[in-house]
Amino acid sequence: MSKTQSCVHIKKEWDIVGARQMGREKAKELGFGTVNQARIATAISELARNIYLYAGTGKISYEVVNDMNKLGLKIIASDDGPGIADISKSMEDGFSTSGGLGAGLPGVKRLMDDFDIESEEGKGTTITAIKWVRK
Amino acid sequence: MPESLRRIVVENSDDISKSWLEEIEKKKEDDYTSTISNELYQTTNREFVNVIFSSINRQRNTTALNDFSERLINLGWPLSYITDGLQTFRRVTIDFILSQSEKVDSENLSRILSVVDDWVEPIINQLVNEYSGSWENTVSLQRLALQELSAPLIPVMENITIMPLIGTIDTERAKLIMENLLEGVIKHNSEVVLIDITGVPVVDTMVAHHIIQAAEAVRLIGATCILVGIRPEIAQTIVNLGIDLSKFPTKSSLRKGFNTALKITNREVVELTKEKEKELTAILDSLK
Ligand SMILES: Nc1ncnc2c1ncn2[C@@H]1O[C@H](COP(=O)(O)OP(=O)(O)OP(=O)(O)O)[C@@H](O)[C@H]1O
Ligand SMILES: [Mg+2]
Repeated sequence: MSKTQSCVHIKKEWDIVGARQMGREKAKELGFGTVNQARIATAISELARNIYLYAGTGKISYEVVNDMNKLGLKIIASDDGPGIADISKSMEDGFSTSGGLGAGLPGVKRLMDDFDIESEEGKGTTITAIKWVRK
Repeated sequence: MPESLRRIVVENSDDISKSWLEEIEKKKEDDYTSTISNELYQTTNREFVNVIFSSINRQRNTTALNDFSERLINLGWPLSYITDGLQTFRRVTIDFILSQSEKVDSENLSRILSVVDDWVEPIINQLVNEYSGSWENTVSLQRLALQELSAPLIPVMENITIMPLIGTIDTERAKLIMENLLEGVIKHNSEVVLIDITGVPVVDTMVAHHIIQAAEAVRLIGATCILVGIRPEIAQTIVNLGIDLSKFPTKSSLRKGFNTALKITNREVVELTKEKEKELTAILDSLK
């Protein structure tokens, strides 16, 4: 079901800006409106910053998905970092191990339509989120 | 051997310079110096080759080299002009030396190569250092300029200050915002500070967190912080993220925020009424 794919590597803080600009561009191309473009850019910002903060390096990949005449943008954030010890806790509003707001991951889930998180301690984390053009 | 080689090269500097200049002239056709006038290009080339020879002759004549590189940097010539030029010089010189020696065995060849490298390398190093030093200088100046721009405070009227934020906020800038805000509130004796985020493209949890902390700190020193310029799409993403901004005042536009600031500081905008205008005209007329 996937079509084109591309990615942005996250190594330094300003790569977060590059990642969300790329996301915004792809979202615009797919015909998302301003609000959804902002949602997608914000979600990417959260995922990319988590990579930068907790894993050090990783990447954000973009995929245009076409599923039963639904068109969408899939964002995959992957890293080989420390992984998340307790996934369900990390999805709670207000849970943060870094003194942050703890709104990132639960926020991404609400900003996007589909959300999936896979993580293994010591191995890394892969988070996949999709926004559909029309639901 | 280095001495005898040096003598050969210096004594034949005219020939070597000539073939070097020919090679370099050809390079002019490769894009990078195409905007430079022929005259300037030729004089600079001659000067360059003189600098190289004086450096070989007198071993590290740094002032001539410094003057030369400074002028190139000021003219904005690319570093590749220097590196290409020195590579070419190396090749031309080695060719020349080889053409002078009847037969060269591999041992001799490697010694010739290393002697010539010993001449060229310090020149390359020094010029590259000059260039990168000047770049670092430029970058740090721009960084300073950017820092000054990144969190400006405008004291619009007594007790009311505005901080307009434009562009991406990274952690470094977020810290500056906090510092400037607190410093400014005290310096201008502000009662109200308006933070305008109209120009901030993305408000994620990091940005929100820093704004919340800044507002809280402003409150602790006895002033009020009003967040203005929240675009509709930003309002929606903030709600989606589940960020609670209910604890401090927000307004959609700077104008609305400014009105609130006036109220807080016990002021209001009074429009001159028709009556007052008439009075004014009457006074003005009587003065004629
Ligand atoms: N890629 C990752 N690798 C390892 N741990 C992660 C990763 N992403 C998130 N986490 C963990 O999950 C927790 C919750 O993440 P979340 O993004 O929701 O909040 P936060 O980053 O702490 O704060 P913020 O509200 O600023 O995003 C983090 O504190 C961190 O411990
Ligand atoms: Mg986060």
